[in-house]
Amino acid sequence: MLQLIKKILTTGVVTEKYKAPKDDELEQLGIQIKRHIDKSFSGSIAIRAVDAGSCNGCELEIHALNNPFYDIERFGIHFVASPRHADVLLVTGPVSRHMQTALLRTYEATPNPKWVIAVGDCAACGGEFGVSYASCGAVANVIPVDMTIAGCPPTPLALLKGLLGLINN
Amino acid sequence: MSSSNWATDFLNQLNNAEFFIVPTLMNRHLTTAGQPDEDIKNNNAVLWNIESKHWQQFSQHAIEQNLRWVAGWAEHAETLFIVNTCFEKEGTYLLLRTHVNNESPELPSQATVYPAANRSERHTQDMFGINFIGHPDNRRWTQHKAWAEGSYPLRKDFPVQGEPQAVTPPDMDYPFVKSYGAGVYEIPVGPVHAGIIEPGHFRFQAVGELILNLEERLGYTHKGIEKIAEDRTPESLARLAGRVSGDTTVCHCWAACMAMEQAADIQIPPRAALIRGILAERERIANHLGDMGGICNDVAFVFAQMQFTRLRELWLRTNATVFGHRLLMDRIVPGGVISDLSLDSCALVSLEISQLRIELSEIMPAVDLNSSLEDRIYTAGYLLPEIAAAFGTLGYVGRASGQNFDVRRDSPYSPYDQVVFKVAVENQGDIASRFWVRYKEILSSLKLIEQFIAQLVIAQPAEGKILTEWQPPKAGSEGLGIVEGWRGEIVTHIRFDTDNKITRFYPRDPSTLNWPALEKLVLNNIVPDFPVCNKSLNGSYSGNDL
Repeated sequence: MLQLIKKILTTGVVTEKYKAPKDDELEQLGIQIKRHIDKSFSGSIAIRAVDAGSCNGCELEIHALNNPFYDIERFGIHFVASPRHADVLLVTGPVSRHMQTALLRTYEATPNPKWVIAVGDCAACGGEFGVSYASCGAVANVIPVDMTIAGCPPTPLALLKGLLGLINN
Repeated sequence: MSSSNWATDFLNQLNNAEFFIVPTLMNRHLTTAGQPDEDIKNNNAVLWNIESKHWQQFSQHAIEQNLRWVAGWAEHAETLFIVNTCFEKEGTYLLLRTHVNNESPELPSQATVYPAANRSERHTQDMFGINFIGHPDNRRWTQHKAWAEGSYPLRKDFPVQGEPQAVTPPDMDYPFVKSYGAGVYEIPVGPVHAGIIEPGHFRFQAVGELILNLEERLGYTHKGIEKIAEDRTPESLARLAGRVSGDTTVCHCWAACMAMEQAADIQIPPRAALIRGILAERERIANHLGDMGGICNDVAFVFAQMQFTRLRELWLRTNATVFGHRLLMDRIVPGGVISDLSLDSCALVSLEISQLRIELSEIMPAVDLNSSLEDRIYTAGYLLPEIAAAFGTLGYVGRASGQNFDVRRDSPYSPYDQVVFKVAVENQGDIASRFWVRYKEILSSLKLIEQFIAQLVIAQPAEGKILTEWQPPKAGSEGLGIVEGWRGEIVTHIRFDTDNKITRFYPRDPSTLNWPALEKLVLNNIVPDFPVCNKSLNGSYSGNDL
């Protein structure tokens, strides 16, 4: 137990400061926002992540948002386990056809008002997989999308900036 | 060479039993077909052609010889199907091949002998329409509702766009295994899970809190990778291979490039091999750190999760600084790698290794002495070594259950043929064992990277050659890329068509063989322990579903 406490104390706080992005910064990171989040939601955004057939690269970087460097929760942004608790759906993957119905049902289960963020090149435009017998080719081909964050996969920094851009404007 | 002995003896035994096998040598680094009487070197694969009627009998002989079932896949040529199975023993790979006609393609099933072949044959059945006679469980596997019954995506006459419906209906009528009795209830989980995790369906039968049975229903992330690989150029295929499973981007890309380089008869520069080795070991360490954090998180031990995810983040930032990509995607290309390591980068990587050692030496005792963690992960999720062997379980899952196999040591490829390292093996078979095997692998990988860096710095001038020029291979050339990814052995088969185009790409992710082990290791555990059992195995959904 002593070792544990000693390690906590010697590690200290590693969380980094991040500012809300400006428009040109968003553009640089390949982030497009079609519809900003209602001001009344600012300070408490509940996100449901939906993997719609990604290669799992995007999930690794979404996971990283919860590590102590980015600590996404301090901005009032947190991940929830049910779409019924969510304001935002964070969707990855080219939407494999086997996941199409599951994605639609998740979208329907999310109460209004709701926003959809397509994360990663596959979700934004089909990426390496495109449209085929097995993939729909982009989240926007299945449900309405309010924001895209490009990248293969997008870095945690890009994800963080995108989320801050969505709530701060 | 003991390895050549078993293959030669086995061949004689089979031919005495009137199998009439035609052997060909497949060098794992060059595809020059040698003479059958040549010595089989350790790094070789042999190719045996047999008649389709002997397909199942062969597997019975193979299991008596203690051959490990490695992978199975098919190919569609104009008038026939080529069916392949890969076996391994003592580091020598045996590629078994037969031909089946187009009319009513069928083969006697090997899954009756090797449980490991079960899902692979079902996949081939769904994708090619080849019927495996006597298969113990011939339900659909990869196929849900994205294509019609009676059409087969990997046949050459199936268009890559298929004929999808506006909305693909849910797979409602899959016949799950049922259980009956007082107090038995079912828990359906997924495909959308409650965390930031890939989609798949798990069907539990439980009594009280105890798991009676678990059935996996995967295939939700099926993106038609094998189909959309057709007609790609080597560069484009390498990019796709790097996205078979994002967490294994380096090793899938490496296996695919190795297969293509064999087909094209190309040797990569030694410096490129060393850099590939560094990339692969960095990928292993990053994933093990993430998994160890994940296992701790699933039993609510947040201190360890935060420490491990912190170390992982630092590690990935160095990836971005030194190699230009956090997850190391697209660093490996056909013929070599895209960027060299400068002396400064080598120094930075070495410094980071010593820092990580210090950090781990401070964190691990605190983890080891934590009684509540011990309480949750010791004896939970026990995988019997016999079951691990029967399913051909790979990587840390196999090695934590006594399966002493590692491609890097037992069938070495450059740069692993120039270094010495320890392979961690335990017989305990529980979650704790899979946790500690990962830790030991991190330490082993750190030493490997140091050896590779030393060779980069000392043996050769910096900024040496890192890319061999690509030579388009002849139509019909093939290669078999076999590497040890962080989850275990990856086997990738590639065949070329004319004009430098790919006609067949089959990547066998280790998860394909590890997933069935999860159904066994959760038995008699409580339902709330499922997440940590699952995390300790951490199969790739995307790598399995293709």
